[in-house]
Amino acid sequence: MAGLGGRMSTVVKAKVSKLLDRAEDPAETLDYSYQKQVEQLQNVKKGIADVVTAKKRLQMQENSLQQSVVKLDTQARQALAAGKEDLARTALERKNVAQTELQSLDTQVAELEDQQQKLTDSEQKLRAKIEAFRTKKEVIKAQYSAAEAQVRISEAATGVGEQMADVGLAMQRAVDKTENMRARADAVQELEAAGTFEDITQLGPGEDDIDRQLKELSSQPAVDDELAKMKSEIGQGAPAPQIAPGEQAPAGEGEKA
Amino acid sequence: MIVRISGEGQYRLSDADGERLNQLENEVVAIVNDGREDDFRAAFQAVLSFVRAHGTELADDALETSEVILPPSDATYDEARHEFTGEGLIPD
Repeated sequence: MAGLGGRMSTVVKAKVSKLLDRAEDPAETLDYSYQKQVEQLQNVKKGIADVVTAKKRLQMQENSLQQSVVKLDTQARQALAAGKEDLARTALERKNVAQTELQSLDTQVAELEDQQQKLTDSEQKLRAKIEAFRTKKEVIKAQYSAAEAQVRISEAATGVGEQMADVGLAMQRAVDKTENMRARADAVQELEAAGTFEDITQLGPGEDDIDRQLKELSSQPAVDDELAKMKSEIGQGAPAPQIAPGEQAPAGEGEKA
Repeated sequence: MIVRISGEGQYRLSDADGERLNQLENEVVAIVNDGREDDFRAAFQAVLSFVRAHGTELADDALETSEVILPPSDATYDEARHEFTGEGLIPD
């Protein structure tokens, strides 16, 4: 261990050793310790399944956001064609928020995929080590005196334990990450669900609280650009359908659906 | 010596490479202690790359204990900073 002064690894190692110490003496009963390892391997599998579930959840959210984007775009066009620029702007603000969220979801899904891969690799290593431990303990039991066997098994069990601690750490990090993502995704989903117009006529004049929040979240320059672009596509002065009863139609526009 | 990169695996390094690793690692610790957040990522990744490039990965079924355990590659500056002050990656 000459020159082992790297404090970064020493701190991590010391903590892993503490985790291992906290576990029951791994060599106490060989078969019991093996049984424990197998149990923990099951927990690892469960943990991986949780990450996969979290990922699927995010992917479903991506799908529904994609649909919202299309819907809001259509609504903005309809509103603009009806000469209701405010409505169009609101729809585009919401679309902008949904698009930003989509990008962030993409990153999150990629991160979870990475975590899932790491955990799967780690689980495979753990399984291989447990299997090696099983073989080794039988060999050692047969070949060595009780005292010697104890020492050797203890070494082997520490090797398994270290991998176990490693998977445990990876699992904890994955859980923390998915919890953060879930909290954020839930918040945006709530906002987004409340913000998508089921029917454009539902949106009356004035802004409700959700509109204000969405406005804050969206990028106004991007919304301005898109609105201008949409205007030029639709063509100024084109006859517009009246789709929002209760709102005053722009002067000179007839009704057309 | 056996070096583990958390979340990745174990590598066998020669004693000479172990010395070099030690130096690289101390640079990271110095960066964290000086609060040079911008330099952290490159220096930390250099430690990990060094191990991956110079070490031989152990077989999955190897039952050896690591002499050195490095934080996972996605460890952040904040986590590293907390690691040296008590909390961090692994709870006390």
